[in-house]
Amino acid sequence: MYPIVDKKVLSENVKLLKIKAPLVAKKALPGQFIILRIDEKGERIPLTIADSDPKEGTVTIIFLEVGKTTKQLGILDVGDSLENFAGPLGLPSEVKKYGTVVCVGGGVGIAPLYPIVKALKKEGNFVISILGAKTKDLLLLESEIHASSDEFYIATDDGSKGHKGFVSDVLQQIIDKHQVDMVMAIGPIIMMKVVSNLTKKYHIKTLVSLNPIMVDGTGMCGGCRVSIDGKTKFACVDGPEFDGHKVDYDNLMLRNRRFVHAEGEACKMAGDQ
Amino acid sequence: MSVRKTKHEMPEQPPQERIKNFKEVPYGYSKEIAIEEAKRCLQCKNKPCMKGCPVEIDIPGFINFIAQGDFEKAAEVIKAKNNLPAISGRVCPYESQCEGECTLRKIGEPVGIGRLERFIADFEREKGKKPPKKPISTGKKIAVVGSGPAGLTCAGDLARMGHSVTVFEALHDPGGVLMYGIPEFRLPKAIVKSEVEYIKSLGVEINYDVVVGKSITVQELMDEFDAVFIGTGAGLPNWLNIPGENLDGVYSANEFLTRVNMMKAYRFPEYDTPVKIGKIVVTFGAGNVAMDCARTSLRLGAEKSYILYRRTEAEMPARAEEIEHARQEGVVFKLLTAPIRFIGDEKGILKEVEYLKMELGEPDDSGRRRPVPIPGSEEKLAIDTALVAIGQSPNPLIPQTMKDLKIGKHGNIITDEDGQTSVQKIFAGGDIATGAATVILAMGAGKRAARAIDAFLKKKP
Ligand SMILES: Cc1cc2nc3c(=O)[nH]c(=O)nc-3n(C[C@H](O)[C@H](O)[C@H](O)COP(=O)(O)OP(=O)(O)OC[C@H]3O[C@@H](n4cnc5c(N)ncnc54)[C@H](O)[C@@H]3O)c2cc1C
Ligand SMILES: Cc1cc2nc3c(=O)[nH]c(=O)nc-3n(C[C@H](O)[C@H](O)[C@H](O)COP(=O)(O)OP(=O)(O)OC[C@H]3O[C@@H](n4cnc5c(N)ncnc54)[C@H](O)[C@@H]3O)c2cc1C
Ligand code: SF4
Ligand code: FES
Repeated sequence: MYPIVDKKVLSENVKLLKIKAPLVAKKALPGQFIILRIDEKGERIPLTIADSDPKEGTVTIIFLEVGKTTKQLGILDVGDSLENFAGPLGLPSEVKKYGTVVCVGGGVGIAPLYPIVKALKKEGNFVISILGAKTKDLLLLESEIHASSDEFYIATDDGSKGHKGFVSDVLQQIIDKHQVDMVMAIGPIIMMKVVSNLTKKYHIKTLVSLNPIMVDGTGMCGGCRVSIDGKTKFACVDGPEFDGHKVDYDNLMLRNRRFVHAEGEACKMAGDQ
Repeated sequence: MSVRKTKHEMPEQPPQERIKNFKEVPYGYSKEIAIEEAKRCLQCKNKPCMKGCPVEIDIPGFINFIAQGDFEKAAEVIKAKNNLPAISGRVCPYESQCEGECTLRKIGEPVGIGRLERFIADFEREKGKKPPKKPISTGKKIAVVGSGPAGLTCAGDLARMGHSVTVFEALHDPGGVLMYGIPEFRLPKAIVKSEVEYIKSLGVEINYDVVVGKSITVQELMDEFDAVFIGTGAGLPNWLNIPGENLDGVYSANEFLTRVNMMKAYRFPEYDTPVKIGKIVVTFGAGNVAMDCARTSLRLGAEKSYILYRRTEAEMPARAEEIEHARQEGVVFKLLTAPIRFIGDEKGILKEVEYLKMELGEPDDSGRRRPVPIPGSEEKLAIDTALVAIGQSPNPLIPQTMKDLKIGKHGNIITDEDGQTSVQKIFAGGDIATGAATVILAMGAGKRAARAIDAFLKKKP
């Protein structure tokens, strides 16, 4: 059992939990994720490690409530425990000195971006961060990421804060002004696709973190397969980070809708209870 | 007195009934039938059947006790060698192991050794297993990676030798393929759990959610333990590598079976994990895994369940019993056909498979006649779900993270007969060493490795 030792409500349906999991905390690196199961009847779901403290033996996860499991997770509180918490899984982020890097985070993708921003900064990169969300209330970790960045921008769909429009508009402006050596983008698939299409024109190395539906997270089921440069890769062991210019985003979008109908049913059931 | 030439029939659920549930298909022998079957045994002096048993059970010994009606003694004889008889008694391909060597085959069918083993294991489980005597502790610590049949057997045997054993398992349940792969109707999960409880009662500790190579490295295990056994199996699914394989509706056998068995998707939405299969399901491949997929599909409500295989029935690698069960249940075999592409609709959802007819040509390396496509024989079949069950390769995670471990060309860890790898303190066995094989071979490898580890530790100061 893995006890919840801290909880924060970041916005209406984005929650932060700190979980006691010493083995995971000891090994966690930016870009890696965990798989958890709330109880014996639960689904195994992957969540990125947003922060970890090896001394305390804790791992922080931040999640958006989208369906049955994440909603159930959002109800839990300090003192409750999770049945399973396995990790750290996946390959760590490619953190090294690139020069000038732009970190683009959208929606709940901002959470996994945070440890990467910190690590890139520590390596001596000039870090420019762009955070995007539908509206200002949905922006996560704003001050934390701001503090670790050399330049910092915000874009909201409704213009309630920062630039009104997409993160890619801001990225375009930065590319026009700066020599950019690498772009790291984590967020909705469509955002990563748009960012990758933009940077491809300028031949800027771009890394994205993919979030296909997973089951085991150990390379055993192939449910998480993604098409990279026409080759099949398993995101849980070969990723989740990939070269943004090589990803088949349309296939990923399609595969992530695989159980939409059934998930609705599970939620309805949960609501009925 | 002349010996009955055939095995006593195994009572089982009728096909039309059983395709509507996930309950076990064969009910098992009654006491009376078991005794009668045991009496068929000739008690051969040279025990040919034992040569076919990788875990070295004294077969005529336990059968003799059954014939006398002393089931407890029979259980003791089996348990002296095999810690998991309720499992091997159900899924072992006995026809090519012990029963394949049985003297009675000269005049008819062999003794139903597998059925008798299952009978005794079930008898013992229902009665409550005897807690074994704890041996004197040797003070040596061994780490076992993976809780499949190889790991569990190795762990159990080492514990009985007095060593302290800790198992590290990546998933949340023990058993490996026994839990996530083989369906409930062939191997009930409560039985796997009960066998694992027995291993734990021998003093073995099992840690879940530990992905060795990620959560903890093999090097760290080597520093903390006196020896390490790797039994991580062959979990990497093979693909057909044809266009359309990433469409919505194409699953690997592993994903499909894991969702249904380990995550209990057949009880969705009571359990949270979904699976969807539609009306027409096609399974590719013809091994045990493929039969399991095709039969599971029927139980999930598929109206048609096909098996597509590029060779003929004679080459099908599945056990005869599994093929027979599948056929009784209405699985349709399309032989000498090879898929060439999957076709989806505008939303990317699987709609059709296109395949070619084949004919048998010259024998290949394996001695089987190679299937060759018949030009212009393309056909299409409308389908909802495709299950790819054409084999698994050894799990790459540990080989990838251990530079000095010698790896074969199929990604398997290279060992000697006793499981010794190229690194002194590390032993390995089961599917990770042989490539995808069988439960009993994995158990045999675990057993030999336990003995080798014990010898290695005794040599060490
Ligand atoms: C490597 C990885 C890291 C991730 N990190 C985070 C994270 O840090 N924070 C976070 O909030 N989410 C993250 N996700 C996504 C998260 O796993 C899913 O949101 C979660 O599994 C949904 O489960 P559910 O039962 O609540 O929703 P469900 O009831 O399963 O689904 C509800 C809706 O969400 C969609 N959905 C289901 N699974 C996914 C998925 N994997 N990705 C996108 N949409 C999905 C469904 O299609 C459906 O529309 C990550 C996914 C991966 C693969
Ligand atoms: C669907 C199906 C049906 C089958 N039917 C039969 C049958 O009827 N009869 C028969 O004899 N054989 C059958 N087999 C084959 C048989 O199940 C395998 O040969 C056998 O299970 C191999 O045992 P193992 O212990 O080597 O590995 P596995 O059973 O694969 O167990 C390996 C374990 O190691 C764990 N693991 C992997 N990597 C790590 C890691 N890095 N850290 C920690 N843990 C890890 C896995 O999670 C798993 O629990 C079937 C196989 C399948 C898939
Ligand atoms: S070979 Fe057959 S008949 Fe002979 S001892 Fe073994 S089981 Fe009995
Ligand atoms: S989640 Fe199963 S292989 Fe990646």
